[in-house]
Amino acid sequence: MTKPFLSIELLTQQFPDGAGGTLTVFENSTFGVEQGEFVCILGHSGCGKSTIMNVLAGLAEPTSGTVIMDGELVSGPSLDRGVVFQNYSLLPWLSALKNVMFGVAARHQDWSKSEVQAHSEKYLAMVGLDGDAIHRKPSQLSGGMRQRVSIARAFANHPKLLLLDEPFGALDALTRGTIQDELLKIWNGTNQTVFMITHDIDEAILLADRILVMTNGPFARVAEAVEITIPRPRRREEIIDHPNYYAIRNHLVHFLGSRSKELAGQSGGGEVHSPETIRIDRTGTDTLEGDDDPTHQAQLRAVNE
Amino acid sequence: MVQKIDMRSTLLSLTILLVGIFIWHVTTHVPDTGPKGVVLSQTETDTLLGKKMLPEDIEYYSAQGVEFSQLEQIASLNLSRAMIEAAGGIRALGISVPDENSAPAPGSLFPSPSQIGSELWATVTDPFYVAGTNDMGYGIQMGYSLLRVLIGYSLSAAVAIPLGFLIGMSPMFYKALDPFIQVLKPISPLAWMPIALFTIGDSELSSIFVIFICSLWPMLTNTAFGVAGVRSDWVNVARTHELSTTKTALTVILPAAAPTIITGMRISIGIAWLVIVAAEMLVGGTGIGYVVWNEWNGLRLDRMIVAILLIGVVGMLLDAAFARLQRAVAYAE
Repeated sequence: MTKPFLSIELLTQQFPDGAGGTLTVFENSTFGVEQGEFVCILGHSGCGKSTIMNVLAGLAEPTSGTVIMDGELVSGPSLDRGVVFQNYSLLPWLSALKNVMFGVAARHQDWSKSEVQAHSEKYLAMVGLDGDAIHRKPSQLSGGMRQRVSIARAFANHPKLLLLDEPFGALDALTRGTIQDELLKIWNGTNQTVFMITHDIDEAILLADRILVMTNGPFARVAEAVEITIPRPRRREEIIDHPNYYAIRNHLVHFLGSRSKELAGQSGGGEVHSPETIRIDRTGTDTLEGDDDPTHQAQLRAVNE
Repeated sequence: MVQKIDMRSTLLSLTILLVGIFIWHVTTHVPDTGPKGVVLSQTETDTLLGKKMLPEDIEYYSAQGVEFSQLEQIASLNLSRAMIEAAGGIRALGISVPDENSAPAPGSLFPSPSQIGSELWATVTDPFYVAGTNDMGYGIQMGYSLLRVLIGYSLSAAVAIPLGFLIGMSPMFYKALDPFIQVLKPISPLAWMPIALFTIGDSELSSIFVIFICSLWPMLTNTAFGVAGVRSDWVNVARTHELSTTKTALTVILPAAAPTIITGMRISIGIAWLVIVAAEMLVGGTGIGYVVWNEWNGLRLDRMIVAILLIGVVGMLLDAAFARLQRAVAYAE
């Protein structure tokens, strides 16, 4: 069995609970992400999504367990793992362009300033920012524009893995829709592996190849990996008419509504928690399939292309 | 709206200034109590001319306040002015006239606005004369003070800002150095003076040392505070871009903490300027602080007030320079 591109193995995170004991956020979580795959992770607040994200980014150390990306052990932050933070994390004293150039210059230290600038402008244009706007400071940009700059900064560096931490959480619904479309557009052209945290089921269905759903914490785990069996390219106004859309959506709503609580368990006692692969496809004959074979994921990628 | 407020505030400032100067003028104005000229009528003049008194002599004496009856006495002596002067003046001849030196003491020793104004004008138009070790233009004295502040302050910044970075970036250093800072910070800068004079010896270097030590704390604590308070998101951006510690400090932490650091520098330059005046009063020799003390000892209150006024103006300019710097590094989140 070959390892997936990104392999999270037996990941456990504990924090002191403030009363002398320890609080286990998640325990022995094991899952994988394939190269070029767009994976969303869904779950209630406090289930440790952001903690997993920080471990993947290398900004936090797990209590135990390992993360292996492209055959290498992840330790510490790296340019190979780009992060888009929820609060944009743009440097407020730099213009939009300079913020992107900051990232590009860190990646390509041998480039001349004009090369860095041209590359940065190209990626800003990809997210729909050009002209006067790119010379403005973040404080002079709308929330949506700021997040575009942040996305441009991350994509411009061609990281092996792009981590998006609730990137649209602070945006209004209409802006969110526009930037989701832009994200899809820029992602389509790159074959970029993306791991994204979200609270929004519709957003996850629109964007992801696979959605990982987490049970509630403490002792949260990635319980299911739901395949999104809706072909790409997807458009928001078309996918809602796809026969699989509501089947998948209902499944996710049920999970987050009740099963995430029921499955919220006590310590598994060293048991490996791999997600159960769920495939819902109303277009053909198979309606629901439980599959624990992780190699299956690679085949399912074809459905989405 | 803003223009209206600007206009009103300027108007109010001017009113306060004028009212202040008026009160100052009224309380310090001394009516001219010296001898007043006597105005002679035409017949009186003719009488004196008839007694062969020269017209210029009549004018000369009457301007001194010599009255008509006394002028008649002088005229009757039939002596020329040169002879009267040679004899010791008209007073020696038994004619009592008002004495310009015996004018009553003025009501106030405090100089009036007009005296200050003329002294200020003289200072501003000729700031760099040197007439002796104790009589130099205020421009030169101010230069001495500014030079001391500049040297002490620069040394202080060179120590405080890197050390502040270290303390701000490392909780270990923060905890280790904090007790020293807390004890040394509240010590009055002038309390260092005896130690400095004893150990360093040289009074010039001692005053520079005092500037150094008093500028240190606001810069150090503000730099440490600013550096420690840099948002972790921005530091994470640097980390995910694999920036080295030096590069992170220069490209992320320095610009992020710059407004707080400049605030500390602004407080420090204010304190340094306060302290140099006091230090120069103590050590003497040169500098605007010494000038204040020297003019006080010479009871030249007008010159002393001009010096004090100039200290205020230079302090304001120093502060304004840092305010400008503060605006340059400010950013909106």
